[in-house]
Amino acid sequence: MTQNKAVYSLPSVLADVPMHYCPGCQHGLAHRLVAECLEELGVAEKAICIGSIGCSVFIYNYLLVDTVEAPHGRAPAVATGVKRARPDNVVFTYQGDGDLASIGLAEILHCANRGERVTIVFVNNTVYGMTGGQMAPTTLLGQRTTTCPEGRCKEHEGQAIKMCEIVAGLGGTAYAARVALDTVKNVKQAKKAVHKAFEVQLEKKGLGFVEILSTCPTNWKMTPVQANKRISEEMIPYFPLGVFKDVTSAEDKG
Amino acid sequence: MRAIAFREDRCKGCLLCMTVCPKQIIIVSNRFNKAGYKVVEVLEKNVDKCTSCAACALVCPDNAIILGPRKRRKKGEVADAREA
Ligand SMILES: Cc1ncc(C[n+]2csc(CCOP(=O)(O)OP(=O)(O)O)c2C)c(N)n1
Ligand code: SF4
Ligand code: SF4
Repeated sequence: MTQNKAVYSLPSVLADVPMHYCPGCQHGLAHRLVAECLEELGVAEKAICIGSIGCSVFIYNYLLVDTVEAPHGRAPAVATGVKRARPDNVVFTYQGDGDLASIGLAEILHCANRGERVTIVFVNNTVYGMTGGQMAPTTLLGQRTTTCPEGRCKEHEGQAIKMCEIVAGLGGTAYAARVALDTVKNVKQAKKAVHKAFEVQLEKKGLGFVEILSTCPTNWKMTPVQANKRISEEMIPYFPLGVFKDVTSAEDKG
Repeated sequence: MRAIAFREDRCKGCLLCMTVCPKQIIIVSNRFNKAGYKVVEVLEKNVDKCTSCAACALVCPDNAIILGPRKRRKKGEVADAREA
């Protein structure tokens, strides 16, 4: 027999249990990327996750790290307290777009502006997933949801909020990137971005922010494959991928 | 070790893996798992076409795919099915 070394193995910080997410929901993939980065950076032991409210509320069942469950939208505020009390730990939040961009908008903006040494993993699936697909601040114009059945209308609801660009514009942000999970190439890019968002925390540069464009096939009323296509066809044209801020690259140049 | 195996109890039949396989060998089976999802499979005759490129495992949201070593096995050397 040949040496049976698997080319692909799961990080040990990821619990090997079935996840409760709908078929094709990319929360599971986002969890795995976070787990891989924690492991590769060797910080799994001292990581503290701040969970949020949304479909990922049970993240503590999947990531084998200490977790604090924050009230809806307040994860960046809780992360601030945890990090200040335990500066040697690696603190990150995992939040949906309803959580971060709506009820928790004030918390994320001030946390980034203060430059807290925390990492924010922000999953943008353009709806409130857990509660049945209501309109989120990130819902695209024309997108139908249960609370905008005729499609989001610019006159009444405004356009989708581009969180990554806003957070990148704040003084305390060290790194801000937007990535997607729809192709092999994009998943690899996404992992690099998550890695970097943790590195800036470890190097005490400031806040690390990654916006991950992700699917919610159930509330988009699409098959997982259709939903995945929607990322490149509808989301990326409006929410461009890329690194919007990286203070470490500016230092390199200077 | 089989080049590719599915943990059928984890598969939710989303078919995302099918869309990224460069060899197009992942297909829908006619089996349902305990949770009621129709799982995917690679037919035994196609297992050798798998290069363990890991594209499928990378996009699987449910970590249902197990890959063997990237090295191609010798002709005639049949890998154990399922057990990874
Ligand atoms: C204070 C408070 N208000 C409202 C709710 C109801 N609620 C639960 S999850 C959720 C939205 C979550 O959406 P999102 O953050 O986009 O996460 P997803 O489920 O899409 O992953 C809301 C409004 C709540 N739990 N607590
Ligand atoms: S409702 Fe949407 S976000 Fe929630 S688990 Fe299902 S697909 Fe994922
Ligand atoms: S990506 Fe995973 S869950 Fe989806 S069909 Fe393939 S093996 Fe099953």
